[in-house]
Amino acid sequence: MFTRLALENGEIFYGEGFGASGSCEGEVIFNTAMTGYQEILTDPSYCGQILTMTYPLIGNYGINPDDFESRQPFLRGFVVREACSHSNNWRTTESLSAYLQRHNILALAGIDTRALTRIIRQSGTMRGVISTEDTDDRELVQRAGRALSISGQNLLNEVTTPERYTIAAGGPRVVVLDLGLKQSIVKNLSKAGCEVVVVPAMTSAAEILALKPGALLLSNGPGDPKDAKQPLETTKNLIGKLPLFGICLGHQILALALGADTYKLKFGHRGANQPVKDLESTKVQITSQNHGYAIDEKTLVGLDISVTHRNLHDWTVEGIKHNTLPIFSVQYHPEAFPGPSDSAHIFQRFLSLIEA
Amino acid sequence: MPKYRDIKKVMVIGSGPIIIGQAAEFDYAGTQACRALKEEGIEVVLVNSNPATIMTDTNIADRVYIEPLQISTLTEIIAKERPDGLLPTLGGQVGLNAGKDLAEQGVLEKYGVKLLGTPLAAIIRAEDRDHFKQTMKQLGEPIPASAIVSTVADALTFAHGTGYPVVVRPAYTMGGTGGGFANNEEELRITAQRGLKASPISQILVEESVAGWKEIEFEVMRDGNDNCITICSMENIDPVGVHTGDSIVVAPAQTLTDQEFQMLRSASLKIIRALGIEGGCNIQFALDTNSFNYVVIEVNPRVSRSSALASKATGYPIAKVATKIAIGLTLDEIQNAVTQKTSACFEPTIDYVVIKVPRWPFDKFALAQRSLGTQMKATGEVMAIDRNLEAAILKAVRSLEIGVHSLHLENIQALSITELKEYISRPNDERLFALAEALRRGISTAEIYRISRIDPFFSQKIKNITDMEKKIAAYAGQEASLLPRNLWLAAKEMGFADETIAYLLQSTETAVRTARKAAGVLPVYKMVDTCAAEFAADTPYFYSTYGCENEAAPTSRQKIVVLGSGPIRIGQGIEFDYCSVHSVWALQEENFETIIINNNPETVSTDFDTADRLYFEPLQVEDVLNILDQEKPEGVIVQFGGQTAINLAEPLHHAGIPIIGTAVEDIDRAEDRDKFDLLLSQLNIPRPSGRSVKSAADALPAARAIGYPVVVRPSYVLGGRAMEIVYSDTELMEYMNSAVKVSPRHPVLVDKYLLGTELEVDAISDGVDVLIPGIMEHIERAGVHSGDSIAVYPPQSLTAEQKALLVEYTTSLARALKVKGIINIQYVLFEDKLYVLEVNPRSSRTVPFLSKVTGIPMIQLATRCALGKKLSEMGYESGLQPDMPFVAVKAPVFSFAKLADLETSLGPEMKSTGEVMGIDSDLPRALYKALLAANLYIPPTGNILATVAEKDKQEAIPILKQFAALGFTLYATNGTAAALAEAGCEVIRVNKIAEGSPHVVDMIRGGKADVVFNTLTKGKTPQRDGFRIRRAAVELNIPCLTSLDTSKAILHVMETLKKGGSVNHITIQEYLGL
Repeated sequence: MFTRLALENGEIFYGEGFGASGSCEGEVIFNTAMTGYQEILTDPSYCGQILTMTYPLIGNYGINPDDFESRQPFLRGFVVREACSHSNNWRTTESLSAYLQRHNILALAGIDTRALTRIIRQSGTMRGVISTEDTDDRELVQRAGRALSISGQNLLNEVTTPERYTIAAGGPRVVVLDLGLKQSIVKNLSKAGCEVVVVPAMTSAAEILALKPGALLLSNGPGDPKDAKQPLETTKNLIGKLPLFGICLGHQILALALGADTYKLKFGHRGANQPVKDLESTKVQITSQNHGYAIDEKTLVGLDISVTHRNLHDWTVEGIKHNTLPIFSVQYHPEAFPGPSDSAHIFQRFLSLIEA
Repeated sequence: MPKYRDIKKVMVIGSGPIIIGQAAEFDYAGTQACRALKEEGIEVVLVNSNPATIMTDTNIADRVYIEPLQISTLTEIIAKERPDGLLPTLGGQVGLNAGKDLAEQGVLEKYGVKLLGTPLAAIIRAEDRDHFKQTMKQLGEPIPASAIVSTVADALTFAHGTGYPVVVRPAYTMGGTGGGFANNEEELRITAQRGLKASPISQILVEESVAGWKEIEFEVMRDGNDNCITICSMENIDPVGVHTGDSIVVAPAQTLTDQEFQMLRSASLKIIRALGIEGGCNIQFALDTNSFNYVVIEVNPRVSRSSALASKATGYPIAKVATKIAIGLTLDEIQNAVTQKTSACFEPTIDYVVIKVPRWPFDKFALAQRSLGTQMKATGEVMAIDRNLEAAILKAVRSLEIGVHSLHLENIQALSITELKEYISRPNDERLFALAEALRRGISTAEIYRISRIDPFFSQKIKNITDMEKKIAAYAGQEASLLPRNLWLAAKEMGFADETIAYLLQSTETAVRTARKAAGVLPVYKMVDTCAAEFAADTPYFYSTYGCENEAAPTSRQKIVVLGSGPIRIGQGIEFDYCSVHSVWALQEENFETIIINNNPETVSTDFDTADRLYFEPLQVEDVLNILDQEKPEGVIVQFGGQTAINLAEPLHHAGIPIIGTAVEDIDRAEDRDKFDLLLSQLNIPRPSGRSVKSAADALPAARAIGYPVVVRPSYVLGGRAMEIVYSDTELMEYMNSAVKVSPRHPVLVDKYLLGTELEVDAISDGVDVLIPGIMEHIERAGVHSGDSIAVYPPQSLTAEQKALLVEYTTSLARALKVKGIINIQYVLFEDKLYVLEVNPRSSRTVPFLSKVTGIPMIQLATRCALGKKLSEMGYESGLQPDMPFVAVKAPVFSFAKLADLETSLGPEMKSTGEVMGIDSDLPRALYKALLAANLYIPPTGNILATVAEKDKQEAIPILKQFAALGFTLYATNGTAAALAEAGCEVIRVNKIAEGSPHVVDMIRGGKADVVFNTLTKGKTPQRDGFRIRRAAVELNIPCLTSLDTSKAILHVMETLKKGGSVNHITIQEYLGL
């Protein structure tokens, strides 16, 4: 199926569709991980985006029933160099293509994904349209230019859990504010012995406190942290009342709640090979990352907050902690899936906050 | 952590000669290490016995010792140099073992030398099977059930408990030497015994077999601050059961889910931490295809062949970073040399697929066993990069230079379905081609998995190739221009060569190329940048693909392309990489932008900072022309890349590309037999008389006219084995009828075999002046391939007149051929007359050796001559340079032990895989060192087992007699024993094999022979006794002398050393007075 990707800067890539038909719009980004497309596809943080994989062979091991990070893919479109036609793995139950079709996700293969990546690296993320429709190239480019910006959209309602749910265990109760939660976060907490209560993104501070949790975890999620108005309000109201831990979007919201500001990165960090230096231990960990926004370091000045982690490549803030309150957060994904689980110990640190 | 302040002088141990399992990758690693140390202001002392390496250049290390890597030698050098640190982890297993021994024997402690990089305890935990097993057990990392045993009986007991098959792995060996699978008790007896012998500590691991599981490797690095990263994952297309060096390997791993991948990655980090390695490490896993079960197969606590591959596959310089870690730096303090912006503390991510295919020596060794198992047999490898696996496979196959352009192999196409399946089920060097043929004939990927355990993911990729063949073949007989554009693109994206498309269309490569270019189907070049384009990089490292964007925009500088020499193989080794690299350096000094094209991941030439630009591509006409089309260089240099590059001269010239240096027609005059004969007669230079015959019937009168013995060989290059010396009509007819296919189109050359002294020169010429840096004299008489002979510089037996004549011939040949650059000429001195045997209008394997011992930068001079400069401008005169006041010996090194069923006696076909050098004040001392370095240790006294052919007895008996005089006890089979007794020697008679046990082979296997002296029965008739004697000696690592000349030389060494005196260990810099 002849399929195109048009960018707002006028570039058009021609390839073959291997997902749903029709059109989709979104922010075009790239991820450099070489494995883990199933986890990536079902990471709700990609909501509103058209994702390009830089690794050229995708779909090699198909889709299996175990490695989903959420109930469905929330991304708008998926772009690869080559979609595997004959996947093989002992757990495979479905091909990538069938899965994407089933979930009505547009997918494009056969384009020069490296050229696309270089455009994004040089010009920054931009809006784009994937279409299988027979429209004029120019019109597609115009559509890309009219597409919604990632900032200003209400993506949380789309990705968050419609209802509260609990994964029972004997240990301390942790509430997870689901801003687009990856299930591996829940699994890590469960494994550490927590009772995990996952609540919808719009849950208020009072409702959370009523659950009498030992701590709150603000999850990862899509979009601009400044659009997460209700969670921001909730977080502000919980500062000083509960130990707080934020991951990715949760980390950004926590920073906003503490009075700092965030900004949009040129093209973000998305991959499984990002080095993060723990400033206390001086050790470097390889982390899994997926974010387009970051904490503006200048706005931390004067706040009672310390930077605990930095990205070794661009020295951006990857972790903060409150100097007196049991509050800390990380920009990267300690829960892994996909990517290295080198920093899984951070969940232990979170637990120690509850116990303290 | 800043680097150690107390480390100012570091000794680096190289890996010695190139042998199967330890090839050029360690020159690459060692060179990077030396440069990294110098970059940090550290003085580098390098010891390596291999003169063909770049690391032994005086500009790479401050103090270079080309000396044997024996512990005694290393100890003396340490005592003399007093380095602050020793870096043993970049010299392969040889370097690691030496470092371990020096530490264990207290040498390092005595001289206050710090063992840099991985600590001794870590080396032992990884290398000693028992320690390794314990460590893995403590970590909870699964390993196959195994037992470490020191006797065959214990091995059998273990296997009795676990059941067969089992694998045998000797401790402290490389390339799987002496290991193997055993399917039953009988096989285990043999394998276990061989393994025990191969292990320097007589210890083997007998292990439960996980053959058929996925084989996955990780390259891991750790620094002193416990930061750990993985550089690259690799997946073997051949499942567990084939040595990784003999496997087709893909990077990154392709068939693993993230969960599986991370499971193994986490295990890798856990292991490198537990072992305490500081530097690089390679970990091999076996992963079940139907569960998360895995086992750790092996850990190499050092830079390895896989590290070289991972470095080239990702662009991440593992050896360099490992070196910096060794002197105390942490990963986050080291810069990523590729991006120049980001840190070395990250994991490379790639946006292409890399494949490595081994290069096996079976084209030369047709009779060796082609089956593959735990013992590595490949001499080299090629790597190919593309955006899909199919294209990478096809590029790799074309890079092998085995005469194929696709997955078609004639002998495989002739097999029946049953034979094909059989061929696929047992790993061998041609399995990839058999796989393709089976898929062509409709065998399913599932069936292939069933019989071979090759993952259907991989066989499907091969099926995609064979399906594409069918699509193209549908246009057979039509003009290439009629191919639809989308098919053009699809075929080229999948890596189909123009030659393959021509084959399928029944057209010509030129027609296809023209049609393709007319259709606008042109390659683009993408960058290898370690980061999948996430960061801007300036790496000048490219591969071709078909897509939209070309990243390799040519610069406006004047540029010259140097062609590399492809994979390491018998006859074309690391020497040619040395030459290519030196040529690049010379061109850079002349202000040219340099571009190198090569496909061998083990080499220095394919390091991204050697040339200004590196294209990792097949060295085939299409690929080279494509690069030239876009780069538009001033020209191409072909004389330094061995036969690979020379073979491209004519087609490139034909395509209008300027060849820099000796003109193509002059190259042809040296290579074409008829033109060459004409040239020699014009110059009045004699060569052994010879004729070209077009039928078996013509051969007899020709040979009789010339007079026996004659050398016979096909005139066309068939890749070996067909050259022989025959002594009689019978032998000649046998050769003509069985060994070659003679026809008017493929004549056979019959030449007089002159049993004289062989001499060799490499000369540099600007067309007028001809500089001869030195003459090398061979110890073995003509008849043994020059690459397998021991060469001595300066010559020991030549008169001034003979030298003058040799200079005269060389000069007139170089002038007549208008050589601009380098030329290699081989002569034979027979009955005081000098004959020319061969002229090679290119650099030869002796160039690095001769450059090193004469101090003349031969390749630099030759490159400048090729550019049109005059020797006189460079301060050199015509003629032979004065002899240096020392003697240097170049000795061949063989890998016979790794190749079962291979005849080990030497002849006109080259068999050695590498070389060593011995240098000292006189010949016996230099030769002694060379023999030591070649691992040919002859004890001062002991038992000699002699079986001498009738034709050699007259000459051999006095030699044996002298050995006896030195205190050796002589053992001999009947005829030899009688001859010895008659000559008045005491001799103990031993049974021939046919006479029953205990016989000669029993004596060798029983460890009672210290030296085997066996000369080949006249002619080629395979003498089963002799063959078995030689194989037994090789397999048990007992010196086996098959040449009377070598034996005489050794005798001379032993007599000299017995008289006393010691050898000297001084640097090359000191020898050369630098």
